Amino acid sequence: MKKLFLLAVFALASAVTYAGGYRVSLQGNKSLAMGHTGVAVINSSELVFFNPAGLVYLDEKFNGTLGAFGVFSNIAYQDSQTGANARTDSPVGTPFYAYASYKATDWLAFGLGVYTPYGSSVEYEDDWAGSHLVNNIDLQAIYVQSTVSFKINDKLSFGGGPIYVTGSVNFNRNLNRTLTDLEGNRANVTIDATGVSSWGWVASTMFNPTDKLHIGATYRSQIILDADDGDATFENIPNSPLTPFQNTGISASLPLPAEMTVGMSYDFCENWTFAFDYNRTYWDVYESLDINFVNEDIPDSKNARNYKNSSIYRFGMQYDATKMFTLRAGYYFDESPVQAGYFAPETPRNDSNNFTAGLTVNIGEHLQIDASFLYSHFKEVDASYNYYFENGVAVPFSGTYKTNAFVPGLGLTYKL
Amino acid sequence: MKNIYKYTLAVLALSFISCDPEFDSPVTEDEFYSSGSADFSKYVAVGNSLTAGYADGALYITGQKNSYPNIMAQQFAFAGGGEFNQPLMNDNLGGLLLNGNQIAENRFILAVDANGNPGPVRLEGNPTTDITNHLPSTYNNMGVPGAKSFHLLAPGYGNLAGVPIGAANPYFARFASSESATVIGDAVAQNPTFFSLWIGNNDILGYATSGGSGIDQTGNFDPSTYGSNDITDPNVFAMVYSQQVDALTQNGAKGVLINIPEVTSIPYFTTVPTNAIPLDAATAAQLNAQFAAYNTQILPGLAGMGVISPEEAALRMINFSAGQNFPIMTDDDLTDITAILQGPPFSLPAPLAALLGQLRQVKSDDLIVLTASSELGTTPDPSNPQGIIGVTIPLRDDLVLATTEQARVSAASTAYNATIQALASAKGLAFVDAKTILARLSNGGIPYDGGLLTSQFVTGGAFSLDGVHPTPRGYAYMANMMIYAINDTYDATIPTVHIGNYPTVTISNN
Repeated sequence: MKKLFLLAVFALASAVTYAGGYRVSLQGNKSLAMGHTGVAVINSSELVFFNPAGLVYLDEKFNGTLGAFGVFSNIAYQDSQTGANARTDSPVGTPFYAYASYKATDWLAFGLGVYTPYGSSVEYEDDWAGSHLVNNIDLQAIYVQSTVSFKINDKLSFGGGPIYVTGSVNFNRNLNRTLTDLEGNRANVTIDATGVSSWGWVASTMFNPTDKLHIGATYRSQIILDADDGDATFENIPNSPLTPFQNTGISASLPLPAEMTVGMSYDFCENWTFAFDYNRTYWDVYESLDINFVNEDIPDSKNARNYKNSSIYRFGMQYDATKMFTLRAGYYFDESPVQAGYFAPETPRNDSNNFTAGLTVNIGEHLQIDASFLYSHFKEVDASYNYYFENGVAVPFSGTYKTNAFVPGLGLTYKL
Repeated sequence: MKNIYKYTLAVLALSFISCDPEFDSPVTEDEFYSSGSADFSKYVAVGNSLTAGYADGALYITGQKNSYPNIMAQQFAFAGGGEFNQPLMNDNLGGLLLNGNQIAENRFILAVDANGNPGPVRLEGNPTTDITNHLPSTYNNMGVPGAKSFHLLAPGYGNLAGVPIGAANPYFARFASSESATVIGDAVAQNPTFFSLWIGNNDILGYATSGGSGIDQTGNFDPSTYGSNDITDPNVFAMVYSQQVDALTQNGAKGVLINIPEVTSIPYFTTVPTNAIPLDAATAAQLNAQFAAYNTQILPGLAGMGVISPEEAALRMINFSAGQNFPIMTDDDLTDITAILQGPPFSLPAPLAALLGQLRQVKSDDLIVLTASSELGTTPDPSNPQGIIGVTIPLRDDLVLATTEQARVSAASTAYNATIQALASAKGLAFVDAKTILARLSNGGIPYDGGLLTSQFVTGGAFSLDGVHPTPRGYAYMANMMIYAINDTYDATIPTVHIGNYPTVTISNN
């Protein structure tokens, strides 16, 4: 069995990808430990996120689970032509989740979930070589979702419900490569928008051809966060009519793209489960990050992104070792949505290989402790962002990037 | 069970280790860039205002930080380069004080006037750099604004007591190691392993910016008799320059020598057009009538008398027409006919004779200096609207660098450059042809990743608001040129900089 598992992992490793953009796939400790599979895994109320249709197949009447992660991500940049180099000192990201499911009857279940599938927290040293593109960014989106699930029969169920999103963004960059005040301090702008909200929905189905084989599909709609009353704060602006940058309001749109997941899980050899998920994220909605300043004297900021739809391939294994311990491991390949020439340092994502592991400790009959760990490995990549313009002239920002991330997570599950 | 605890602990331990991503070959690693056969551990830069980072008519902190030696030192640091200390000013205003009295003006900024037109003005504020506050340290940047070639060897050039009487340099007085120190002596005392030497610009520049009002001292081998606007004798230059190179290389130091650009490369001489006077047909005809006697009687008469040559008579003819016209000027290279005109047969009144004494019109190949732009076409006497500079009042001689004066500047700088290049090749030093490089700026410009760098005043990006000294971007460009030469000569691989990351003129209103 061990051999088979290793084979699955390494076969994939040769077929490289990396899941990117600002999607943060950390929606449950049990699932993450299995390569963040779960669309066809029936083991907890993490299904509220992964596949609400599966909630009707949970054994318990009530299942509640919550947890959080610490995201330690690092980006290194260098340009061998000039020797310029930088490392991010990003704050630790803390995505979290809380799900609860309640089986009202044998054929009807309700679910409630709060989770954070999108976000980004990147902090470069101020005035680094790419500071005209970004000094730091902090993007957060909290999803609140309620679902209802119907069992048609033991083989087929459906589920779905509305999603409410509230988000915030704080973004700072220098105005250009050279503008300073008289003391040489770089002119910069901070964009801040909080409490931006919107609605979306999720729909899913689960199909159980046999007792051991489960097949699932989940679609989560795209949600556009329209920030209409954000603020732009300008700093270190020279006192001159030639630089009319005064604090003003902004409007901007940030898309949280739709995601389609299909997958399966298979129980074998009594205590083992294998799971596979395929994600398709519809990133092509993210064409450009445009910031419109209310003050007409300030030219609007257009930042081409031109993301492409991307796929993630996820593999997970679960082994019920003892009554007390369940062990998990997984791997996924995450394909970057960033196209050549659009590699912007605020989300410098190339394809990544991701390795996960974790376990659940059963404490008594009702309580479980879930732990997981993710290591994201990105290949060193030479890339550039070619759509920054200075006086109408494109000024590419290029260099070599090397990224990684370590994500430990901890959670609790309570079932009744 | 035991094992599982172990594994759990291992996972938890891992989660608190934040492993930095490592490049296959990091630029910060020692081996990535090579210093070749050079050693950058102690770099000392010797020169004048260009080396100091002077810009916008002053020396100030942000300008110093963007000096070409400082830019180079930051790049040298990738290949074993050491600390690089500069005698930083006390503020970003740039003015100098001597015992509280201001002796050098603040920097220029690009300000927008009431009509919305941008132009250079002096930044207001009280400067805080008093040269009586002596800096105790030694400095890698030995650039001394105002220094001529022979000043670097002159004992007492940094003697504070000599500053008020013009016998010493206020910038060097801030950090000279003693009253009798020389610039070269203080540089050599630091035991440089690498040096740059860019000196000689002021040996012609004072003459040029003053419209040739100094003396061409070619043939006079005693620089102690020179005035500040004089041209240094090329033999004097050759002698002091080779002494400086000998001193700087005595411990086997490698280095780079930079030659002297043409003054025609800098906006101070190329911004004001020679035909700056617009006239309509009626005014032109009226003016021509006023100068008719000068053109048709006085000049031919004087030529006939042999007082002036026929060529000079032709040169002195005044002629206006509808459209753009050349202003009238005083040229002290012309024969002074003031006294003659007051006698018979002309018997002109003294003021008129003085007006015509050394009068001619500016020619298309003369150079009008930048500061003339605030005088040309103005009426200095408000009660006399007819008294217009360039039309009825001649432009002062010190505002025009005439072709004869340009020839003296050019001859001297050509001679200096021959010395510099010969020494570079004799000593195996890197050599930067700043003359050719800066000529490119005024001849099509130099493309970079944000556009085109040209010598156009204010907008070209290469020259600061004094029209003589580069902007940080201009200095960064020079630093790149030096790095190329150094890499070439010493088989090194020092990285260059993106010049687009360096600012140009400073925009601000007072």
